[in-house]
Amino acid sequence: MFKKDISAGSKSKVKSSAQRGIRAKILEQYPKLEEHIEEIMPKKEQLDLVKLPDRVALYTLGSTPLFFQHMDDPILPHLTIVHKYPDAFPRLRIDRGAIRFVLSGATLMAPGLTSPGGRLPNDPEDPEGRYGKEELEAGEVVVIEAEGKETACMVGVLTVGTAEMKKTKKGQACDAGHYLGDGLWGLTLG
Amino acid sequence: MAESVPKQITYCGVCSLPPEYCEFGGTVKKCEDWLKEHHPSLHGKLYSQEAIEQNLSTLSLEAQKRAEKDSQKKAAKAAASEARAQEQRDNSKVLIKRIERNKRKYVTAVQGLEAFGLDIKKVAKDFGKKFATGSSVTKIPGGGEEITVQGDLSDDIYDYVVETYKDIPEDNVECIEDKKKKAAG
Ligand SMILES: [Zn+2]
Repeated sequence: MFKKDISAGSKSKVKSSAQRGIRAKILEQYPKLEEHIEEIMPKKEQLDLVKLPDRVALYTLGSTPLFFQHMDDPILPHLTIVHKYPDAFPRLRIDRGAIRFVLSGATLMAPGLTSPGGRLPNDPEDPEGRYGKEELEAGEVVVIEAEGKETACMVGVLTVGTAEMKKTKKGQACDAGHYLGDGLWGLTLG
Repeated sequence: MAESVPKQITYCGVCSLPPEYCEFGGTVKKCEDWLKEHHPSLHGKLYSQEAIEQNLSTLSLEAQKRAEKDSQKKAAKAAASEARAQEQRDNSKVLIKRIERNKRKYVTAVQGLEAFGLDIKKVAKDFGKKFATGSSVTKIPGGGEEITVQGDLSDDIYDYVVETYKDIPEDNVECIEDKKKKAAG
């Protein structure tokens, strides 16, 4: 979504009623953020909406980006939020070989997740369940971690469910919503 | 395993990514130097012989070769764009212009800072704070933007610019006077 460098468009204040709605929607999508949401998006602080190219809305607190949304698609967290609260989002892991493709904005392909270095839910190599115990459906938001790395490198929307991915082991897996070093990552907010 | 929440993450001062991802960019050497200076313990962890071998062992030989080629390409690209930026900086000038608006009323216009990678909106704000005066970004007829500061502050701005923005060589900063009327005497 942000393969190119972008610059921020107009900024406007989010009305408090709308702010409540956004907060509720975020919690509905990411219930594990419940205990952190007040810290991320304090009720008393003014949330701003910054317009980005291609009908993307970025929600910010001062000059800190928090979440973004393309039209009425799911709300996605900025990667700095993911880095702060890594346990709050469903996550998968790619193998080391796939990292450089993801960081160049390529669509994530299934083999990066199904190979020995990758992790999907219910992975025998993942007894603690870091990558979840339940299969994820197409359309769900996932955070992508990487083999040998502690921090996530991407957040996107699954194009194929994880159960199917395990069967076919090929094809596109996930839309590149936002990845390390992309236009959103490099965006400077006044 | 109680980790502190929110997790504190260090980001690379050179490429802005978490340092464990610096290896995929084109500025690895600079990134490594930065980390060594600012976060020595993290540097030790990420750039140890062991860590490097561990990284390599998870890739097939073929993939290693591809990755190596890829990173060479990236490094060359980064070096080229750095060279271009350097050339652009060498050839760019920051102009600080004293303009008489009314009798004995001056404004100071500053042009050319964006060529040195500065966000001029932010710089305008900083000028305003630093000199406690009005400072704004205005369009230049014919394209581009300049910072307009209220008051005759050429010399102060000169000093401030040279001192604050080390990337701008002093030779590239120039004070000029925009004489609309002939100066008295
Ligand atoms: Zn770096």
